Amino acid sequence: MASNGIKDRVAIVGMGCTQFGEHWDKGPDDLLIDAAYAAYESAGVDPKDVDAYWLGTMGQLSGLALSVPLKIPYKPVTHVENYCATGSESLRQACYAVASGAYDIAMAIGVEKLKDSGFSGLVVSDPPNDGTLGNMTAPASFSLLAPAYFKKYGLDPDQGKDVLSRIAWKNHRNGAKNPKAQFRKEVPLETIKNSPKVADPLGIMDCSGVSDGSAAAIVVRAEDAHKFTKDPIFIKALSFVAGPGEGPLAQGYDFTTFREVVASATDAYHQAGITKPREQISMAEVHDCFTPTELVLYEDLGFSPRGTAWKDVLAGFFDLEGTLPVNPDGGLKSFGHPIGASGLRMMYEMWLQLRGEAGARQIKRPTLGLTHNLGGMPGRCVSFVSIVGR
Amino acid sequence: MPVMVGIVSYGSYVPYRRLKRAAIAQALGTPAGKGERAVASFDEDSVSMAVEAARDALRTVPSATIGTLLFATTTPPYAEKLNAAIVGAAARLPLEIRAADLTGSVRAGLPALLQGADAARGGAPALVAMADCRLAAPEGKSEQAGGDGAAAFVVGSEGVIAEIEATASVTREFLDTWRTPGERFAHGWEERFALTQVYAPLLGKAIHDVLAKATVTPDALTTMILDAPNPRAADEIVRGMKLEPAQLGDSLALTVGQTGAAHAGLLLANVLAAAKPGDRILVATASDGADAVLLRVTDAAADYRQPRSVGRLIESKGDVAYASYLKWREILPTEPPRRPDPERPAGPPMFRSETWKFGFVGSRCDACGTPQLPPQHVCVHCQARDRMMPYPFADRRAKIATFTLDRLAYSLNPPTVNVVVDYDGGGRFLCEMTDCEPETVAIGDEVEMTFRRMYTAGGVHNYFWKARPKR
Repeated sequence: MASNGIKDRVAIVGMGCTQFGEHWDKGPDDLLIDAAYAAYESAGVDPKDVDAYWLGTMGQLSGLALSVPLKIPYKPVTHVENYCATGSESLRQACYAVASGAYDIAMAIGVEKLKDSGFSGLVVSDPPNDGTLGNMTAPASFSLLAPAYFKKYGLDPDQGKDVLSRIAWKNHRNGAKNPKAQFRKEVPLETIKNSPKVADPLGIMDCSGVSDGSAAAIVVRAEDAHKFTKDPIFIKALSFVAGPGEGPLAQGYDFTTFREVVASATDAYHQAGITKPREQISMAEVHDCFTPTELVLYEDLGFSPRGTAWKDVLAGFFDLEGTLPVNPDGGLKSFGHPIGASGLRMMYEMWLQLRGEAGARQIKRPTLGLTHNLGGMPGRCVSFVSIVGR
Repeated sequence: MPVMVGIVSYGSYVPYRRLKRAAIAQALGTPAGKGERAVASFDEDSVSMAVEAARDALRTVPSATIGTLLFATTTPPYAEKLNAAIVGAAARLPLEIRAADLTGSVRAGLPALLQGADAARGGAPALVAMADCRLAAPEGKSEQAGGDGAAAFVVGSEGVIAEIEATASVTREFLDTWRTPGERFAHGWEERFALTQVYAPLLGKAIHDVLAKATVTPDALTTMILDAPNPRAADEIVRGMKLEPAQLGDSLALTVGQTGAAHAGLLLANVLAAAKPGDRILVATASDGADAVLLRVTDAAADYRQPRSVGRLIESKGDVAYASYLKWREILPTEPPRRPDPERPAGPPMFRSETWKFGFVGSRCDACGTPQLPPQHVCVHCQARDRMMPYPFADRRAKIATFTLDRLAYSLNPPTVNVVVDYDGGGRFLCEMTDCEPETVAIGDEVEMTFRRMYTAGGVHNYFWKARPKR
């Protein structure tokens, strides 16, 4: 029994991504069609040539949510859902399907239309239950990391807040260079630090953007890749884990790590043959749903030794010009977080960067990129890590 | 010789929040009364407060021995549905109990105690809980005079610390205070009528009768507790009986307020805390009639220790602003947050998880010994399947492992404080924290568990447990 991976057996040969943000003039069907056709065009394939589809989105009950708007004629369309890692999950399924030989060409697509709910923040409804599940919002559950991390590594609250603000500042700075991002302007550190509190110590500027958007990828077996494009990108690793939820259940977990992330990163590095991620990874898109999440991810992904990520943040290690740029496209923070689309949006940035198409935010000759996508809450989550390269 | 019955143990509850009478007066521009009143928090009601008092009363008596449960209140959270059943589930009483709600009059408390005693005379002890959440319209006298609180007694024939020597009751039909179903605030007749024509005579008769039955004279009373809607009725009685000031129990008017159906019980619990063997205590209450009970404190009381006295609960407090109080009671409507309404909890899942949801009973793995909550089938530590034993967490202390202040979640009292707590002896839980000052919450703080009404949705009250700072 082992997680063997599919290193260099599958390639992405086309991608599409809509503008993320407030699409008052578009519904989920419109967004899906925009992203799907952009991906068809990018790969140079006719819609009728795609053999199978995986759709990631919240709350839909079937593949009909994609086959009906796209008028996909009698083909397999699978709806997948894995919290905020849903987009990555659709990609993983599509990659395995072509790797197995079951299909030649598959599409992974994700979409979310959050701005129609009328509510602040993300809303997830539970099945009928006994009323003991609690009423915690997403920013609150992730903010549990902050006091725990600050206390463990001796940061006073003000120092800690500076570190978190620096992460949001960096992501906004990157997003300002991205025409498809929801928020396309730099935000001064002081504005971030003093933004209205949402879940102490997090302010509104520590939270990712509530957003509409869609992104799609076309995948084929590696040997076929150059039939579609001269610059395919290759899957080096795909790892996904779901945890047993012991964080809020068993003493010992200290809310300064995601064990699920450590497990999926370890697996992904093993699949890709990476031993020194801090040196070997050229760039990463990580799940910065809230600023303390990104801080903890640096350590869980092995980018910073334990207890030192905050120093790397302040030193600019993860800036666009830094040694290991993280969230060069602006991340969830600035690009926005339409749940089902986010994992594929992360991959879209890898696609652009590895092909030298990232414009003002182009990183110099990247070779290996990492995407990290998670869903749930600290101690009780699902985590996805991919590694892609040329 | 008839079987001796009496109070075996008792508990009390005064909510953490206090509303200063001067703060009401300042907001409304009305004359200020002295002192302050206790206010049930936004997540409390008569049932949740009764649970707190009942848990205290059951610290020295095994809940499995209880045969009868009576719950007295004028503010039952459910008009139809047995409120006592919620108290029983939270207090982890056995299935085989007789249970009833006694309501309709602030007089309900003392008769509940006496009915419990009657039930216990023939067999198993009775748990009698009384609680009220007094609500009155702004600017009225009752708003300032009222208070919220609870008391609970186990009455039985073994281990009695205060024997019931005699009782007397009188009941008459008259119109003084009334409220029809659906009304939030009670109406009252002109005070002089009830004072002169009803309370003073009826209270006087009940007290006279109970003393006569026991052949005890007023000077032999160590303490007399009088609970009447109009304090002047009590004054008249005291003058008539020529009692010394030292013989009068504290009315708690300045610190708690008049707690309705719970008040006679709360005053009695307060007096019992300082009682010595041989003391004689007379408790009398008037409203829709009158009841009087004469108690003699037994030798067993010398060894009885009340873990959380009324006095201690009165001292454990924090202020609430009048505007917050009005919001909590939904007297002052507010703009709802842009968040979905809370969802109504579902009947079958609540039924399946009764011991967890209401009793806060988790599980402990028999294979590796790890306590865990909610109760699990597969052990979080060793993955053994179905080796779990029930493991109660309600009375366990815990420490905060981490926390957050949620300003986005729907709450009548934002921010919602969420804490991850680690229990002494093992087990961890993520829950809300209440009765705290959010800015002072810190990792390592000690907490204890309290039974609360989380919210009400679709007419269903959602009860569950929260953490609170040690009281």
